[in-house]
Amino acid sequence: MAKAENELTWKDLEIGCIVTEPGSARSYSTGTWRSQRPTYDFSRCIKCGLCALYCPEGCIGPNKEGHFEANMYYCKGCGICARECWPRVITMVEEEEK
Amino acid sequence: MEKLSLYVPKLVQKFEKFAPGHRACIGCGEALAVRMAFKAIGRNVIVANATGCMEIVASQLPNITWEVPWIHTLFENTSAVASGVEAAYKVMRRKGLGELPEGTKIVAIGGDGGTSDIGIQSLSGAMERGHDFTYICFDNEGYMNTGTQRSSATPFGARTTTSPPGKKSIGQFSWKKDMPAIAAAHNIPYVATATPSYPFDMMEKVAKAVATPGPAYVHVLSVCPNGWGTANAMTVRMGRLAVECGMFPLYEIENGTYKMSLDLPKLRPVTDYLKPQVRFRHLSDDNVKKIQARVELEYQKLLEKAENGSKKSKGNRKTDTAKKSER
Amino acid sequence: MTTRVGVEVSIAVADAVKLCNADVVAAYPITPQTHIVEHLAELVANGELEAEYIPVESEHSAMSACLGSSATGARTFTATSSQGLALMNEVLFIASGMLPIVMAVANRALSSPLSIWGDHSDVMSVRDTGWVQIFVENGQQAIDNTICAFKIGEDKRVLLPVMVHLDGFNLTHVIEPIIFPEESEVAKFLPPNKYPLPLNPNKPVAMGDFAPPFIFTEAKWAQEFNIEKSKAVVLEVWDQFAKAFGRRYQPVEKYKTEGAKTLILTMGSFSETASVAIDEMRADGNEVGQVRLRLWRPFPFEELRQAVQNVDNLIILDRAVSVGGPVGPVASEVKSALYGLAKRPKVVSFVGGLGGRDITVNSFKDIIKKGIDIARTGSKTEFEVYGVRE
Repeated sequence: MAKAENELTWKDLEIGCIVTEPGSARSYSTGTWRSQRPTYDFSRCIKCGLCALYCPEGCIGPNKEGHFEANMYYCKGCGICARECWPRVITMVEEEEK
Repeated sequence: MEKLSLYVPKLVQKFEKFAPGHRACIGCGEALAVRMAFKAIGRNVIVANATGCMEIVASQLPNITWEVPWIHTLFENTSAVASGVEAAYKVMRRKGLGELPEGTKIVAIGGDGGTSDIGIQSLSGAMERGHDFTYICFDNEGYMNTGTQRSSATPFGARTTTSPPGKKSIGQFSWKKDMPAIAAAHNIPYVATATPSYPFDMMEKVAKAVATPGPAYVHVLSVCPNGWGTANAMTVRMGRLAVECGMFPLYEIENGTYKMSLDLPKLRPVTDYLKPQVRFRHLSDDNVKKIQARVELEYQKLLEKAENGSKKSKGNRKTDTAKKSER
Repeated sequence: MTTRVGVEVSIAVADAVKLCNADVVAAYPITPQTHIVEHLAELVANGELEAEYIPVESEHSAMSACLGSSATGARTFTATSSQGLALMNEVLFIASGMLPIVMAVANRALSSPLSIWGDHSDVMSVRDTGWVQIFVENGQQAIDNTICAFKIGEDKRVLLPVMVHLDGFNLTHVIEPIIFPEESEVAKFLPPNKYPLPLNPNKPVAMGDFAPPFIFTEAKWAQEFNIEKSKAVVLEVWDQFAKAFGRRYQPVEKYKTEGAKTLILTMGSFSETASVAIDEMRADGNEVGQVRLRLWRPFPFEELRQAVQNVDNLIILDRAVSVGGPVGPVASEVKSALYGLAKRPKVVSFVGGLGGRDITVNSFKDIIKKGIDIARTGSKTEFEVYGVRE
């Protein structure tokens, strides 16, 4: 959706306000919500993937080395991954003002 | 190391049908549950969604979080809409219309309010008529999307905005409605309880439910950090505590036969589960004792049903009575 | 070869649905529509209609099942009356967002007090739901317009649900001679349903997003624009029907209006009784005529104005009461349609025929005479109730 919200006209709407682009909400950056972010000590990571399974956003995936890392575009900083990671790879730190 | 790499990456679908970018609260247990449930279901699925948290966070015009066909209409009619989709699917395949793929699953999802309160009629009707669909209730124990009001799934004593504790009230005055039992009373082939804190158990149950011909019902405990007053990071742990203290037992009912999913030799005291939640902080010791007694009683009844079930399935072997102590 | 049979109108409507090869029927019984769903059950049970019959547990679920079914792309039908129509009220608004569904409404009085007999109060309670609404007066019109309803609703330029209103008991339970077209002729007239954006895993869509304030107005305007545009399709379908089957329908139908100074406006099966009254009064030299409103939504402003603007008096018979408001709902809408005209008739609003109360030919003559008097002398009240025993 290239147009900004308040630029959409009634003609931009599909019949019945049906949305025809599945997953279009992926464009919304929920990462702007966070007040803390995950940091990693990958030397401990055993690549079990449990953090990816437990993430409510579904934004954790394997990086080039196969270690699981959160996508900062979406990460809301809930800390579930840090809590559930049993080798203790992940530590939550306060998000800094940029 | 190789053995461990068989875990999540290989066992779980990668594709996110409930994509990131949704507007659920930080640490939302229900979003986790929905995401997980749909990893146990194939790509050919049509979802009917009741009004509620998951519907609102996923569907603000002009976008949508879902990667599969999805329909939301009203609050109480999800099962009826799913019945219509199922009937249309059947007849269109028969008549050769619409090019719908074979083996498309129809899944109806709703919250506890939309299932056990306002939606119970349409659910009951759809189950009685035997439509081939799966109903997944995402139970966060209250009307959370509107700001934490009580529902019939809110546990005894809980603080909600419409059951606040005060001089004349202890909080929620009634016990949690047993929806799985109500579903089972409709004689449907498969009923299960699950929670995302036990992910593989949950995904197996959802896969079983979806594969079962006819109606299937899965009741999923979804931790709500906002509504329950728990820390965001504790979502998965709270679900585990709920199961371990017996407040949310995990079991299946296959064709009327009860089967426990977990062997818990001893239940944790309920205070372990109640203490970390703000909604239970006001409870008097007496009421906590009441809850403990009731949880133990209900759990015992459940074990007996499961035992009867296993006796039935093992046939006439009388040696089972000797094995009772093993349970 | 077409057949002409004497058959109860409810049964005929069910047969019309069969001729249209409906795919899904959601059914909940309520007097006086019950015979429609009963006969449909028989047709499906005998394999005469290849469809899924969903015996739902309430009218709310009936319309909800229709939503799911139509969204998947199936040709969908249901029927209801008064209390059922009221119960499914919120679902009607959802359907008119975008889904073609055909519903036969056997018009019956809304409680309270409880009445199973016919009037238009149930129709008047759903004026704003956004459905295309058509009134019929006899059995032939009932089946013809059921067939047209599918064609109108499923048209790509419309994609709206359609209500066909027939009077409860007065029409649903009478036996009339009806000409049934052949199924093959109907199949030629009515192409298969091809909803453009159905629920299909091959091409996923999402229906039912919520609209925050920045877009709600646009969504509503799109809906209004669509229903206004769909009037052209209604006229087109009626025209095609006339060419295929020889019977022509119009949004506003005039009966012996030549030289009339006073017109009576009626809707539904009472129109036929009123026509007899007009015949007799004209034979006695009275300059009277009749106008029948057939298309109720979208409201036919142009056709109505053209039909009535040059007469002196327009008497409107309402079979419903808008309690505490402009009492005759049809009268209030007609008055509003005529308000902007430089030259317009005096409108007299009569309310009668409530809850199954009959209006005979002589009563109609009485109403017209009274109406002409009131138009001349003025009235102390907003409306007149006909036949209430004081």
